[in-house]
Amino acid sequence: MAAKEKLIGGHPGLYAEFPRKGGSAQTATHYCPGCGHGILHKLIGEAMADLGIQDRCVVISPVGCAVFAYYYLDSGNVQAAHGRAPAIATGISRAEDNAIVIAYQGDGDLASIGLNETIQAANRGEKLAVFFINNTVYGMTGGQMAPTTLIGEVTATTPAGRDPRDQGYPIHISEILDTLKAPVFIERASLSDIEHIRKARRAVRKALEIQRDKKGYAFVELLSPCPTILRMDTAAITRFINEQMELEFPLKRFRDKSNEAEPIVRQESDFSRESLDRIFGCEDSVCVEFKKDPEFVPKGVKIAGFGGQGVLSLGLALAQAAFGCGRFVSWYPDYGPEQRGGTSNCSVIVSGEPIGSPVVDHPDVLVAFNRPSLEKFAPSVKKGGVILYDSLAGQFQAPEGVRVISVPATEIATDKGAHMAANTAMFGALMQTGKLGLPREAYGNAFRVTFAKKPKLIPKNLEILEAGAQAVKVLEMSARK
Amino acid sequence: MASQLVAGNSAVVVGALYAGCDCFFGYPITPASEILHEASRYFPKLGRKFVQAESEEAAINMVYGAATAGHRVLAASSGPGMSLKQEGITYIAGAELPCVIVDICRAGPGLGNIGPEQSDYNQACKGGGHGCYNNIVLAPGSVQEMCDFATRSFELAFKYRNPVVVLADGVLGHMVEPLQFPEVAVQPTIDTTWAVAGRAETRGNLVTSISLNFDDLERHNYRLQEKYQRIKENEVLWEGYKLEDADVVLVSYGISSRIARSAVDAARKEGIKAGLFRPITLFPFPEKEIRQLADRGCKFISVEMSNGQMREDIRLASGCKPVELVCRYGGNLINIDQTMEKIREVA
Ligand SMILES: Cc1ncc(C[n+]2csc(CCOP(=O)(O)OP(=O)(O)O)c2C)c(N)n1
Repeated sequence: MAAKEKLIGGHPGLYAEFPRKGGSAQTATHYCPGCGHGILHKLIGEAMADLGIQDRCVVISPVGCAVFAYYYLDSGNVQAAHGRAPAIATGISRAEDNAIVIAYQGDGDLASIGLNETIQAANRGEKLAVFFINNTVYGMTGGQMAPTTLIGEVTATTPAGRDPRDQGYPIHISEILDTLKAPVFIERASLSDIEHIRKARRAVRKALEIQRDKKGYAFVELLSPCPTILRMDTAAITRFINEQMELEFPLKRFRDKSNEAEPIVRQESDFSRESLDRIFGCEDSVCVEFKKDPEFVPKGVKIAGFGGQGVLSLGLALAQAAFGCGRFVSWYPDYGPEQRGGTSNCSVIVSGEPIGSPVVDHPDVLVAFNRPSLEKFAPSVKKGGVILYDSLAGQFQAPEGVRVISVPATEIATDKGAHMAANTAMFGALMQTGKLGLPREAYGNAFRVTFAKKPKLIPKNLEILEAGAQAVKVLEMSARK
Repeated sequence: MASQLVAGNSAVVVGALYAGCDCFFGYPITPASEILHEASRYFPKLGRKFVQAESEEAAINMVYGAATAGHRVLAASSGPGMSLKQEGITYIAGAELPCVIVDICRAGPGLGNIGPEQSDYNQACKGGGHGCYNNIVLAPGSVQEMCDFATRSFELAFKYRNPVVVLADGVLGHMVEPLQFPEVAVQPTIDTTWAVAGRAETRGNLVTSISLNFDDLERHNYRLQEKYQRIKENEVLWEGYKLEDADVVLVSYGISSRIARSAVDAARKEGIKAGLFRPITLFPFPEKEIRQLADRGCKFISVEMSNGQMREDIRLASGCKPVELVCRYGGNLINIDQTMEKIREVA
């Protein structure tokens, strides 16, 4: 078709000239004559200008023939990756509450590669106007099948016509979106002729009024002529839209909740230091001075057991106790396939200097809550180290040079009416061994932080802590006898 | 200065919020999900913006949108999610938008597993998506740095209008260490000279990465390359440990550098003069400094949880000297014994 371009420069809402386009014809668009994109640009421009919202508008140009919508529309402009306009719109709209965001998309862009973004943004009810050009083909890349291609329609990739047994049926986007609760406005209009354009103009305007009033998501589908790709003259393409496309895609206002919809107003961002310190509880948190203390021999602790036995929280309590004394400390929950089997373990390192590896391969102290953990990790304990294990695991032969202490942790906790707190009894046992070089009071003090959300539990846990310690003390005394 | 025991993934959110980050867009993935959880908890408390996106592609495009509007925006993900984000990242680089993306690297390829690895090095440091571009890449090595690098990352992102990747791993994300909270709360402003924010001042602006004219796009590429050169000249960060008299230099970043540091101490006990060179910026890579060590005759061992991706950079920087590799895959951490063996072999 002869490339005689249509003049639209200077139309309301469009730039007077198009310097971004370059070249000589500074008031002509790059669209083919008879293309629906030019018509829709005018409708959007007019509505933006009439409503006086150009300063607030950000138009997102898609990937497709309208990739250069930003040459023309006199508003803020941004160009998107293929199909991603609704996600980009979400980002802009969430960040800038007053912005009016317009996603302009073709059927490949919106209904194929970007279908997920389309549906999800609609479902979130983003403050966003989407204008959807349905021309039944991929225009820019040479007329391949689109999700909206009609049955039997010949395209570059359906040379024998679209066969539903092979390529499925045309997708009805307006109908799909109409199943969602959040959208405020959904309409399918047509750009086939003057009569239809008049109606389309009203729909476009409505969608932008909704944006002006911050009311939420508005979607306008436009059946649109692509005479070049479809190789039709003006009369034929008009007939194609009015007779064939409309049959498949009936024109309809699916929904208009603009009267009921409440404006969506987002809170302003608070960047103040006071608020930050408040939400993170900085006022209440300690000011710990870390003193380098090279004399302090670093200690590695491995804690292991079944999930739910409080393995990880015991580790955190220990880390908290050491942290409270100004020691360098790290806590690390080990990964590994065994995690899936219901066991878990963690490493805690207490040091007088910055810590290298946070993983304890050869522990000074092993705390084992069950038999498998005991058997797995006992061989890795250092000579001179200590193993504390729950008495329920049964008798255990100490590895050479390692002291083994059977702690009736579960029994103690159950006796005190808190069977979930076996780990606290174990914590007390750990305290009693004195193996970690931390003062006694550090252990109980840790509860102030670890139980910060449930302070009522602190007294009971202090009681169990002491009982755990007492159990080890008794063992120590009987050993001395 | 207030301090608390905090996990690395939480520290990321603390750092970002003090650094004036206004928006977070994410999608769940282990081992990065705690960043998403913490963001959902704290961003709304401050009226800042949080969206759980429908996919990593959507999330990175929401980042593109908020960055277009000139805001400080953060995303976080891991392996499979980072792969999906690459499309968005190349658009962000092409359109010259600022943003910070945290990668809590997990084991690959494919779905791999949720254990730690450092195998996203090439993806983060060499572009990762299509076209000629670079992210600025920072590699924290502690919970404190997971927080502190947020501020630095946003500064760099806005100074150069470039994506910044904070490359960490599952261990750094999940380990708990003392965190000293930031002293300063950044008050961000919007640069209306380029942002598109739906305001009168920004109406004339355009954010795009398309340029049909070959010569225009070539000029744009030259400009980008000049920018990366400036970044290389001005933004290199690294840290040395016992390098002064070292014969054997372990080069290692992130969590592996912590293990390497312990190995250096162990080697010193055996009388081997070992040292640690820790790149903090992976792009720009500390090329000059490596070269100086090479010229001094140091022998290099790259200690990384990947197949020598960083080793290539060390080799190039050193003037193609041999570089040994200590590595683990699949979620397994490098251990000190294994590193010691290699040190003894090289020394
Ligand atoms: C990720 C990606 N895949 C493919 C393309 C190539 N591409 C450019 S335009 C286009 C089709 C657009 O068709 P449609 O959305 O129907 O818009 P129209 O051109 O018909 O207006 C495609 C596939 C691309 N730019 N990016």
